[in-house]
Amino acid sequence: MPVKADPQSAEKVIVEGLAEVGADPSEITREATFEALDVDSLDLVEIAQIVEDEFGIELVGDDVQGLKTVGDVIDLVVRKAA
Amino acid sequence: MSEGVALVTGASGGIGAAVAETISAQGRPVAVHYRSDRDGADAVVARIEASGGEAAAFHADISDPEAIDGLVAGVEDRLGPVLVLVNNAGRRADGLAPQLDDDQWDRVIETNLNAAFRLTRRTLKPMLRARFGRIVNVASIVGPRANAGQANYAASKAGLIGMTRTIAVEVARRGVTVNAVAPGFVETGLTADLPEDAFAGEIPLRRAGTAEEIAACVGFLASDAASYVTGTTLTADGGLSA
Repeated sequence: MPVKADPQSAEKVIVEGLAEVGADPSEITREATFEALDVDSLDLVEIAQIVEDEFGIELVGDDVQGLKTVGDVIDLVVRKAA
Repeated sequence: MSEGVALVTGASGGIGAAVAETISAQGRPVAVHYRSDRDGADAVVARIEASGGEAAAFHADISDPEAIDGLVAGVEDRLGPVLVLVNNAGRRADGLAPQLDDDQWDRVIETNLNAAFRLTRRTLKPMLRARFGRIVNVASIVGPRANAGQANYAASKAGLIGMTRTIAVEVARRGVTVNAVAPGFVETGLTADLPEDAFAGEIPLRRAGTAEEIAACVGFLASDAASYVTGTTLTADGGLSA
């Protein structure tokens, strides 16, 4: 069953997801850009799927355009969970 | 062979039924989708089971966007993850453009194009995570070619081919391939009202195709063997568009 996302749980799930798709864990910070982490658009699709499984939140459509940093995604998840 | 189940839409008869049996013969469990012909779908399942395969029938009106998730989730629960999708379900509502009403236009686009997109979007998620997937869209030579009276059908099938190419390049690096098969004149329920004689003279092979001949093409593109083929349309029309 999906659980409700709060800033801590959202950050944990997204950081773990980034590591799963191959980002270097030591470089994952809120400010890190996906470009710097070598995370591509399909990796973000997979992270969106992990977020959906975990929190029941769909990251689709205009909301996901323009996401550049790890913090952008965490903030989006927390905003959509509110 | 790779893991995963094949979902074939519109598989209660015609090309879809032949595709379901062809993919089953490759050793993969098959979800036989149908909208109205339950007896046809049950017969396909029975034939697959009689040959030692695994299959189950699933009902859904895929022109309803709300039905898509339920269909795929039902297949996942009963048979396993859908890693092969064959968007075969199609319908016609013919008429010259000045006399095509919105309902005729919309219902052809909804089933032939919109449902194929929604099923693709839904099943791509597990395919991407599995690093394997096969999507085969049953298009038509009508689309690339003109056929008076089928503006809606042609638009849907041309759209399907454009979608095939585009999604193919989006997901290729995850081992997911997306291709189309473009049949010419094939003897099925969908073409039962069309006189074969009117077409046969123009076809270099001098006959209509069979559902099994189209299914052989779909079966190849859905197989592990087609791993380096993506974004293409395999035309199977007896040479009509050669």
